[in-house]
Amino acid sequence: MTQPTVSVQGPRTPLAEFWFYFRQNRGAVMGLGYVVFIVLMAILADVLAPHSPTEQFRDFILTPPAFAEGGQAQFLLGTDGVGRDILSRLMHGARLSLLIGLVIVMVSMIMGICFGLLAGYFGGIVDTTIMRLSDILQSLPALLLAIAIVAVLGPSIVNSGLALSLVYLPHYIRLTRASTLAEKNRDYVISSRVAGANPLRLMFITILPNCLAPLIVQGTLGFSNAILDMAALGFLGLGAQPPSPEWGTMLSTAREFIQSAWWVVTFPGLMILTTVLAFNLMGDGLRDALDPKLKQ
Amino acid sequence: MTASEKNIVLQGSELKQHYEVSQGPFKPKGVVKALDGVDFKVEAGKTLAVVGESGCGKSTLARQLTMIETPTAGRIEFNGKNLLTLTGEDKKEARERIQIIFQNPYGSLNPRKKIGQILEEPLVINSEMNPASRKERALYLLEKVGLKHEHYDRYPHMFSGGQRQRIAIARGLMMNPKVVVADEPVSALDVSVQAQVLNLMMDIQKEFGLAYIFISHDLSVVEHIADEVMVMYLGRVVEQGPTHEIFSQPKHPYTRALLSSTPRINPEQRIEKIRLPGELPSPMNPPLGCAFHGRCQYANDRCKHATPELVEDDKGTLIRCFGYDEGRLDYLNE
Repeated sequence: MTQPTVSVQGPRTPLAEFWFYFRQNRGAVMGLGYVVFIVLMAILADVLAPHSPTEQFRDFILTPPAFAEGGQAQFLLGTDGVGRDILSRLMHGARLSLLIGLVIVMVSMIMGICFGLLAGYFGGIVDTTIMRLSDILQSLPALLLAIAIVAVLGPSIVNSGLALSLVYLPHYIRLTRASTLAEKNRDYVISSRVAGANPLRLMFITILPNCLAPLIVQGTLGFSNAILDMAALGFLGLGAQPPSPEWGTMLSTAREFIQSAWWVVTFPGLMILTTVLAFNLMGDGLRDALDPKLKQ
Repeated sequence: MTASEKNIVLQGSELKQHYEVSQGPFKPKGVVKALDGVDFKVEAGKTLAVVGESGCGKSTLARQLTMIETPTAGRIEFNGKNLLTLTGEDKKEARERIQIIFQNPYGSLNPRKKIGQILEEPLVINSEMNPASRKERALYLLEKVGLKHEHYDRYPHMFSGGQRQRIAIARGLMMNPKVVVADEPVSALDVSVQAQVLNLMMDIQKEFGLAYIFISHDLSVVEHIADEVMVMYLGRVVEQGPTHEIFSQPKHPYTRALLSSTPRINPEQRIEKIRLPGELPSPMNPPLGCAFHGRCQYANDRCKHATPELVEDDKGTLIRCFGYDEGRLDYLNE
């Protein structure tokens, strides 16, 4: 009979531990891989892109992709209606789209967490004020509200980003408040209070980590929403201004070619689809890896 | 001042906790008297058990003592200082010296924190200790409660209920407390584990000279651990005295009924099972007179109209009962 081997492990560093659990979810690792790929592409766009994203090749308007009939080797994914190289535009567009998604999610999440914790923890008049304000925000159609805000502030990427952050804010407030309400009367919170923890410590160190799981998922879903809504704003001329190569704007301006030149619509659409999917997968894995209850 | 009075670490007098309850629009607000004038004293190294059925105010008392809730009226004295008027450093100091152990070890440990972080939290908040000495103290106490050093890096969900309760005890001890309030510390555990945890608590009490306020509805546990027992009914003390006195000869009819529900090994101590009719009355509109009269087979007209006071007998037991005063409780004369 062989002795079972007992592996004695020292305590892992938090990062190594996180990676150990994250690795077990294959979809999440694939998502992470794709996200890293997109991020690298965005960072190295200047080096990788074969052409400038704004240069118009007047002789090659609506050239099909290289692998299709009539394609040109120098335009791997073809050109758009004014002869710009789609591949180069996608690479540069990754910068804008990722940045926008990230900034919008971060801003609305951080603000939402703060307000939600305040509302849930203190209750009473604080709760009522915050929640009624967020109800007002939520009662307006999201895009309409964003348009109204952008119309006041003036059309630009920064302003539409701000507008969308505000539009998404109520989701995060509600999520955080609901989890805070559920957690704040648990015994472990009370025992921290008995130990003398002040409200700030209770809110951010004791309660918040236990509320993170739904927030992370909402964040990754919100990332994709942000990209899509930004595209909608761009379509209305309120978001990224031409000739900025933003994915959503590319998609919107290509709609007149849907019937005649499929590649102009397909590639930006595919980029949005895959990126959103990758973020969602990664979010799932992130939630599992951050939840100690699922660990052995 | 007698020797025993010098040792008193925690003393409560006339503690009251009233909650206002809305009964709907256009109706006056009701007042729930969760605690209605409770007095007690605990000496260092001794255990005061608080027993009673659900809703009698046991847990409210625990929450007052640990400053989770502020009493509506009354005084809580810790080492001779009134806790309720303390401010700043004194309050912090008192807070460190009175700790609590909760009933449910599955809810009282933060699932996101490792054992080490949970144990060290009170030190992080209240002391200037460096991380190395914090860890040293945490490991020392882990050892004291019978856990191993390697448990320091684990999460709460990796432990059994008994182990978790040990961790909760270790956390309570981190700040060198003088008083530990234990709110039904073993009622969520298996019987076999209950004994271990109780023995651990008693060992620790001896070693550190702790005073326990032990809240329980399990009388066999109370008999095992307590020096003094306080029986509560509807926010008031009905009988209070040395454990031996209460268990060998319960005087208040309610105490007797409680005891009759506990299995006893010694046949001489067995009391024929007394069935109390009805339920605990609503604390919102307690009955006139003695709160227990509706369920008491010895109640007479006086019990229905006047409220009895706590009376001390010759053996140091306090009883709140007209029947006892008048000597009409027949079981006492047998």
